[in-house]
Amino acid sequence: MSLIELHYDVPGDDFSRAGEASGNVKAQLKKLGFDPALIRNVVIALYEGEINMVIHANGGTIDVSIDPDCIRMVLADKGPGIADVELAMQAGYSTAPDNVRALGFGAGMGLPNIKKYTDDMRIDTKLGEGTTMYLRVDVK
Amino acid sequence: MTVREIQEILSAEVICGEDFLDREVFSACGSDMMSDVLAYVKEQAVLLSGLVNPQVVRTAEMMDMQCIVFVRGKHPDESIIGLARDRDIVLLSTQLPMFAACGMLYEKGLRGGTIQ
Repeated sequence: MSLIELHYDVPGDDFSRAGEASGNVKAQLKKLGFDPALIRNVVIALYEGEINMVIHANGGTIDVSIDPDCIRMVLADKGPGIADVELAMQAGYSTAPDNVRALGFGAGMGLPNIKKYTDDMRIDTKLGEGTTMYLRVDVK
Repeated sequence: MTVREIQEILSAEVICGEDFLDREVFSACGSDMMSDVLAYVKEQAVLLSGLVNPQVVRTAEMMDMQCIVFVRGKHPDESIIGLARDRDIVLLSTQLPMFAACGMLYEKGLRGGTIQ
């Protein structure tokens, strides 16, 4: 059992609300007194994941476990799955449609950014069934 | 450079955050692609963007950015202003296009962040 566990349902139909969960996690971590640089790493990774859920998977769930030595995040969706994870990890590769680009996302930086800001990143994905992403940021 | 200096250099209108104009900013980022903004870590930065939607404010929130400048005379709606107000983020709007706005701030000594 972690110190604090947070759960969020991310709605898939409202782009303007994407980021609410990440913003809430940020506020919680700040209240708990974590280092601002660590908080930034956690919430940037989480925010990119949250955006991905809304763009690609019609929403999903986020679970965050906060411990003194690390923050763990599980982002689960029932979207289309990722056909080629290695390709999706390449900076600049994107399958996002033009309407998403017009909103400021879909530059193909989501997964590379998540990897960059976390200490561990694991993706379980199955085409037609969904994607679950496991992220960990260590407290240094 | 302070937010007030940015406002003066860009002849910008203050949309919200009047109380925070004396804040110091140390770097700047100009982009309409939020993931590109999220790729660069900057301390106390200002974001210049031609994109106007809630995610611009969310991005600034995640990055601990102090101020957003909307270029080309873009103006956010009330929901976006409310989001920024709740997060103590200053919103400015300038008639200048992105390139000119960035160039003028650069000329006055403001620089981009480090690429990690």
